[in-house]
Order: sequence, then C-alpha cells, then structure tokens
Amino acid sequence: MKKRLIAMLIVPLTVSLTALAQKVDKVTAQQFVDLQQGERVYAGFRRAHAKGICVTGEFVSNGRLAAFSRATIFKPGATPFTGRFSIAGNNPTAPDLKAPVRSLALSFVSSASQQWRLAMNTPPVTAVSDPHSFYQQLQALKAGPEAITAFFRAHPESADFLAWKARYQPTASFATEQYHSINAFYLVDESGQRRAVRWSFEPRANKPVTQAQHKDALHDELQQRLAQQTVVFDWVFTFAGAGDDENNPAKQWPDNRQRVVVGELEISAWQPQSSGHCHVINFDPLVLPDGIEPTRDPILRARSAAYAESYRRRAWERLTAGGEGAKND
Amino acid sequence: MISRYPYSMRLLHWSMAALMVSMLCAGLLMVRSLEPWQLTLLNMHKSFGLVAALLIVVRTVNRLRLKLPTPSEPQNRYQSAVANTVHRLLYALMFLMPLTGLLMQYAAARPVDVFGAFRLPAAELTDIQQFAVFRELHGLLAVVFMGIIALHIAGACHHYLSARRR
Ligand code: HEM
Ligand code: HEM
Ligand code: HEM
Repeated sequence: MKKRLIAMLIVPLTVSLTALAQKVDKVTAQQFVDLQQGERVYAGFRRAHAKGICVTGEFVSNGRLAAFSRATIFKPGATPFTGRFSIAGNNPTAPDLKAPVRSLALSFVSSASQQWRLAMNTPPVTAVSDPHSFYQQLQALKAGPEAITAFFRAHPESADFLAWKARYQPTASFATEQYHSINAFYLVDESGQRRAVRWSFEPRANKPVTQAQHKDALHDELQQRLAQQTVVFDWVFTFAGAGDDENNPAKQWPDNRQRVVVGELEISAWQPQSSGHCHVINFDPLVLPDGIEPTRDPILRARSAAYAESYRRRAWERLTAGGEGAKND
Repeated sequence: MISRYPYSMRLLHWSMAALMVSMLCAGLLMVRSLEPWQLTLLNMHKSFGLVAALLIVVRTVNRLRLKLPTPSEPQNRYQSAVANTVHRLLYALMFLMPLTGLLMQYAAARPVDVFGAFRLPAAELTDIQQFAVFRELHGLLAVVFMGIIALHIAGACHHYLSARRR
C-alpha cells in the first residue's frame, strides 16, 4: 500500500524532471528576457518597449461584433481603457524615430472578473512563427546587418514580413499608424461557436501635427495633438477564411477576408509613464475576458511567460527602489 | 487508544501530498517554459491551487476534530519535537502557498479562471508593489516548502526503516 503510494509520487516527479531535462536546449523565458534586456539594465522599466506614454479614453462599441463574441465590451456602448503607446527596445530614453516598431497596448476592465489586455505592433505579421526562431532573430539583430541578412535568407517564412517592411513608411505620429494584433484569437459566441480572427486599430488621423525630428518627437507630437483633439482609431476585426492558419503569425491573410469595424477607440488624455497608471500594468495578451480565447500560435503562447518574467523583474525593482528609476528621463 | 491515523486523515495526507508535489513541479516548469502548453499548465496551476486552498481548510478542521494515534513505540523526545515542528511548518506552507498565489493574481488585476467554470474577481487597478511582495513570497516559500518536504520525507523513511530494524 505504502509502496504504491510512494510510487504514485515518484512517477510524476520523474516525468516532470525528464521533461525539464529535455527542455535545456529550448530557450527559457528567463533567457529570452535576458536577451531583450541586454547588457544595460534600466531598473523599473519593461525589458521590451521600455519607452512609452500612458493614454486614457474609451472604446465605443457599435454592437456589430456582439453576434460573434459574448465579451461584454462588444455590446453597444462605451468601455473606458488605460493604454500605452511605446516604441520597441529596452532603452527608456531611446530616440523615438530610430525604433523599427511602434506599439499600442490597451487594458479594459469590464468588471472585477472580466479584464482584457492587448499589446499590438505596427507590422501585421511576425518574421518567424515560433519563439526559438524569434530568439535567433533578436540575436541576429544584435549581431549586425550581415547576421540579419543571413537570418532572413535561412527563413523563407519571413517573406510576408519582409514585403511589409519594404512598403512600410513610418509616419511622424503615433496617431497615424496602424496597430495589429498579429497573433490570432478565437471569438466565442453565446452558443459556444469559435471563429478565428485578427484585429487592427486603423487611424482616422492622416497627418502629423508637428514634424519634429528630436529624440522625443513622437511623444511630443502626441501631447500636442491631444491638447487640441481626440485621437480616434477604428477597431477592425478580420475573420480567417478557409485555408488561413490561425496558428501561424508570420503568414498574412488575403485581403478579401471578411472585415468588421466594431467601433471607435477614442483617446482623450495622456499621462507621463512615470505617473500614469499604464506603467504598472503587465499588458499580457493572454489576459482575456469570457468570449475571447487564445489560439495555439506558438508565438502567442510564449508571450505570457516572457511578459511575466519581465514584469517580475521590474515589479521587484519598483518595490525595492520605491519607484525610483521609473521616471522617463 | 488508536494505533493508526483515521482514514480521512490518510486520504487527505496522500491526496494533498500528490497535489503539492504536482503544484511545485508545475510552478517550476511553467515559469521557465515558452512552449504552447505553458498557458494550459498555468491555468491548471491556478485552478488546482484554489482546490488546494479549500482542501487545507478541510484538513485543518479535520485534524483539530480528530484524535491522533499514540506512538506505537517509545519516542525520542528530540525526534518527535522535530517531527511536530516539521508538520506545523508543512501546514503553514500549505496555507501560504495558495494564499500568496491568489493575492499575487489579485494585485496584478488578473482574474483567475477556475476550470473554465467561474472566475475569481481581481483588483480593477494593478498594484505593482503588492504584486512584487506576493510574487517574491510565492517563489521564496516554494523553495522553503521543497526543503521542508524533503526533510519530512527523509524523516518518514528513517522512521519506517528503523521500525523495520526492530
Ligand atoms: C515570443 C514573442 C514575444 C516575446 C517573448 C515578447 C516579449 C515581451 C516582453 C518581455 C515585454 C515587456 C512586458 C512587461 O514588462 O510588461 C513585451 C512588451 C510588449 N510586446 Fe512583446 N513579445 C513577443 C511578441 C510580441 C508580439 C507578436 C507583439 C505584437 C503583436 C508584441 C507586442 C508588445 C507590446 C506592444 C509590448 C509593450 C506593452 C506595453 O506597453 O506595456 N510582442 N514583449
Ligand atoms: C513520499 C512522501 C511522503 C511520505 C512517505 C510521508 C509520510 C508521512 C508519515 C509516515 C506521516 C505520519 C508521521 C507521524 O505520525 O509522525 C506523515 C504525516 C504528515 N505528512 Fe507526510 N509524507 C509524505 C509527503 C508529504 C507531503 C508532500 C506533505 C505536504 C506538503 C506531507 C504532509 C504531512 C503532514 C502535514 C503530516 C502530519 C499529519 C497531519 O496532521 O496531517 N507529507 N507523512
Ligand atoms: C499549493 C499551492 C501552490 C504551490 C505549491 C505553488 C507553487 C508554485 C511554484 C513552485 C511556482 C514557481 C515559482 C518560482 O519559480 O519563482 C509558482 C508560480 C506561480 N504560481 Fe503557484 N503555487 C500554488 C498555488 C498557486 C495559486 C492558488 C495561484 C493563483 C491562483 C498560483 C499562481 C502562480 C503564478 C501566477 C505563478 C507564476 C508567476 C509568474 O510567472 O510570475 N499558485 N507556484
């Protein structure tokens, strides 16, 4: 009896340890975040997308997605949000216009038990479709132009990303960019039916209010713009068609897929990230409300553990330094 | 006078022992892994963590309610003091692990989805400093827990072997 019970404990332990041992050649969340944070640690800041600005406003739903998702946010009406514009990179004082990627993150709180975090980037697709290749891509980026050319040559799956990169023209404003979910998710309706979608935020504004070139050009432009007007984006969902692989974020879906504009995102105010609430949020895209579910996209699935590791590090730094070093400059 | 632990205590002991060891393994794996099953394991960890929180309450009530067996052989006072301390610590950790886990999720404004059946409420505004406290406690206590469990198992083996030698 006792022996059987002991065996019952030992077996799962051995299985887990074997699984752990097999993992050694795979990149861990810690290794990934180490690579992102680089040599110089900016205590209290995100290990990726460190430079940013908090924004607030509301999402006004037109109700057109309510038939496809039971998430309360899609019923007709307004839901407030806390958001964050940022640029890619580990440096909270990096020059805005040098960053290859710009981002928008949002946090919706429909109720204490229904919350949703979104973190989106300017490219519509990733260059690779699994976190281990993504790690190598980052290594190549750090190693220099030759390494990155070699990387793309070895990764034909990057074709759609490279095509986007070739036609993409960065603008002089956060408010005139498109932000993409990149990863696909499932909408779940009242009857439990699932449909794979991607989404994007498409700008109403089409020209910058300043043409500054300095280090904080994008941040200043947004502040000046918000002093005069609300910044509006259309939230557009794209449904996967037959043959689209929702688990591959590197592959662009054809243009003729069904698109639904579900409402307007109205950004009305900004706060510096040193004092705004967005700085303390982990915009983990796997914090989802009822009515939205994750796909098995390996990039999407890798994000939760990496964001948690980065969040753990900066949370500890905030606690021990009393929030010092969390200033933007 | 009874010579064995009551059935309910043995059942709770072994089911919770399996649960605690699985929770520790799951925790250590999921904070490192970037694989697609990470999210599934994380959700299971939180759901079973809530089960653990409920079970430890049941177990404590049961333990206070029942009579413990009298040792079958004369006990070394020093040994039984160590065993008792270890048992108290195990109880404390079985409370603190799920408690810090739940509080960490609450502070980070992450509603816990329990087996897809219902959700626990979370803070509407994240408190990053509170999160840091509970996150670090959860990790630190897990290490202490593993040490105490090892000590406990070593003690049980020692007890078993020396009883057989007699
Ligand atoms: C394996 C893939 C990825 C990894 C490991 C990764 C890692 C990270 C990490 C560690 C952070 C900092 C989190 C924090 O401390 O709060 C971060 C932030 C961010 N990531 Fe990713 N990321 C990945 C893919 C993506 C993709 C595909 C997108 C876009 C769709 C994206 C968009 C963002 C954005 C917008 C932020 C900043 C969010 C904010 O403002 O707080 N990431 N990422
Ligand atoms: C192979 C693993 C294990 C073995 C062989 C084992 C064996 C035993 C034995 C023989 C006792 C009775 C000790 C006495 O009366 O002096 C006991 C009690 C106890 N064990 Fe374990 N145990 C194991 C794992 C665990 C684990 C993982 C936990 C909890 C995390 C645990 C928690 C306890 C507690 C709290 C008691 C005190 C009795 C009570 O009040 O419930 N044990 N164990
Ligand atoms: C018996 C109960 C529990 C045990 C033994 C346990 C054990 C662990 C361990 C060993 C880790 C890894 C820690 C590290 O490496 O630093 C962990 C992480 C974690 N645990 Fe638990 N846990 C328990 C209950 C819970 C509960 C009830 C929740 C929440 C509802 C929870 C949420 C988490 C989360 C979210 C993490 C990962 C945090 C991160 O990635 O930042 N745990 N747990």
